[in-house]
Amino acid sequence: MTDIAAPIRAKRVLPGFTLSLGTVLLYMTVIVLLPVLALILKGAEIGPARFWDIITSARTLAALRLTITAALIATAINAVYGLLMAWVLTRYEFPGRRILDALIDVPFALPTAVAGLSLTALFSGNGWFGQLLEPLGISVTYTIWGVALAMSFTSIPFVVRTVQPVLEDLDPAYEQAARTLGASEFTIFRRVVFPQILPAYLAGCTIALARSLGEFGAVVFIAGNLPFKTEIAALLAFIRLEEYDYQGAAAIALVLLFFALILLFVSNRLQARAMRFKER
Amino acid sequence: MTISITGLTKSFDATQVLRGIDLKVEDGELLALLGPSGSGKTTLLRIIAGLEWPDAGQLVVAGQDWLALPAQKRRIGFVFQHYALFPHMTVRDNIAFGLTVRPRSERPAPAQIDATVDNLLNLLQIPHLADRFPGQLSGGQRQRVALGRALAIQPAVLLLDEPFGALDAAIRRDLRRWLREVHEKTGSTTIFVTHDQEEAFELADRVVVMGDGQISQIGTADEIHDHPASAFVAQFMGASITLPVTLRGGRAEAPGLDARELMTCAEADGPGQLHLRPDSIALESDPASPWVLTRKDSNGTDLRLVLTGPDDSQIDVDLPRRGAPALVVGGHFRLRPLWGAMFSDAGPVAPAAPIRLSA
Repeated sequence: MTDIAAPIRAKRVLPGFTLSLGTVLLYMTVIVLLPVLALILKGAEIGPARFWDIITSARTLAALRLTITAALIATAINAVYGLLMAWVLTRYEFPGRRILDALIDVPFALPTAVAGLSLTALFSGNGWFGQLLEPLGISVTYTIWGVALAMSFTSIPFVVRTVQPVLEDLDPAYEQAARTLGASEFTIFRRVVFPQILPAYLAGCTIALARSLGEFGAVVFIAGNLPFKTEIAALLAFIRLEEYDYQGAAAIALVLLFFALILLFVSNRLQARAMRFKER
Repeated sequence: MTISITGLTKSFDATQVLRGIDLKVEDGELLALLGPSGSGKTTLLRIIAGLEWPDAGQLVVAGQDWLALPAQKRRIGFVFQHYALFPHMTVRDNIAFGLTVRPRSERPAPAQIDATVDNLLNLLQIPHLADRFPGQLSGGQRQRVALGRALAIQPAVLLLDEPFGALDAAIRRDLRRWLREVHEKTGSTTIFVTHDQEEAFELADRVVVMGDGQISQIGTADEIHDHPASAFVAQFMGASITLPVTLRGGRAEAPGLDARELMTCAEADGPGQLHLRPDSIALESDPASPWVLTRKDSNGTDLRLVLTGPDDSQIDVDLPRRGAPALVVGGHFRLRPLWGAMFSDAGPVAPAAPIRLSA
């Protein structure tokens, strides 16, 4: 009879697993998890009835509706222009391409408040664009269009920078193969190129939407912040805080958090669907 | 479809890749473009496909000027070196792609497309893989799918770029025989690019040897083997040994060399070069020969020998171990080549000797 051998503990090839994972977990807890947890606990103190009252109050609902509508408009615009920009930057060689490429990152680097101020200056009645638009009856500042504009400004790099590397890495042989098989250029894009960049594209659009929902600095300057009209949810939460209404602030913040989580979940499901061919 | 190419040149920036290619491919022929990397063979194939455009020259297929046609209109089947299968489509959708992208008026009915794909899957012997994605296939299976996708559009010309380059030796051999069978069944004019001379000679009706952007020789396996048109072709055929010789009446003479087995050549008398392969030289003991056996190793099946001769020149000789004569290191041996190619420094006797097939 032989003894049952003790199972051999497989050694990890790469050292430092415990230390690196521990550091990451600690950091995530302090920076992300604890604030979120505090928010949820704060919200839980309110009690369901009061919570419901706060979030269904007319002012909150109006703010949420504006935020979501404007964020969807901004994301729709960015979905179109972000893809186009990524395409132009990867597929064509032209003078100034590098400069254009660098410009994409400006919204990342610029303080959002500065962006908001300059957009307001441009689109207000006596600004460069405002002067031209006002006579046509189009006003951007202090309307939902201004909110959407500010949101799209700060979130455009997310779409471009997620799609661009995938387009760059796409083997040109796929398109050449499709061409030899008789596919027109548009068919090649629709059936060969687009499905392969779709996961990255979805991810980029989702992050852009999430960022738009939470955008604060750029929006407050151009929106005018009229309650029931151009007041975004993040600003309303801020106003509640300033009024020492911590419960009101927490309730609104929780709703925004809820939307963010839903968004991430949907995005992950969509990406998994788009990448199912990569499963082995 | 006959393909007729005249005066094709192509440069990438400052590098000239094709320096005037003239070539005629017969209808239904299986042709190999053979050459080392950088010889321009892949560029030539891509020009025929419409994936590159030449700087000058003509490309006429079945009387039609193909340089005026985009790749989409040429009806070619192109098999890429790394297959380029669409990773997000199943094997079935990959093969059907060329049919489903046709304009609505020319597109076959879905049932007909299905039937075509099923036929191809059977011809390719992969019906069980129809619903897999390319990422789930082995190299040999991908190769078959790539060929199926190209054949689905019933191409006028089938073009293959290093079709077996990425496969291991055993699968290559199988697929080679199988490609030959597919070619015989479909009868389409086929051109494939390879750097492997064994592959080219075994598979193709005619082989085009290319070097440095030019065609060095065109011929059947036997023609090129027996009469390499130039030192380049001989060397590419594996003749890694070059011996200085004196040519007299089409025969090579040198101390310690017995060239009786070699065919006579049509080269001018005088100094020349003899190109030999290490595996087609027999050795005979001859105390008067200047060639001395200086090294003897065995890999089990073959003996790898090194002989040192005049001016300390060294040559490699490979002999099968079984039946090899008793060889003693330090002994003198006479070289009796069984195959070789001779070129006079003064050039051939007649400029266009009948055995020469080069352009």
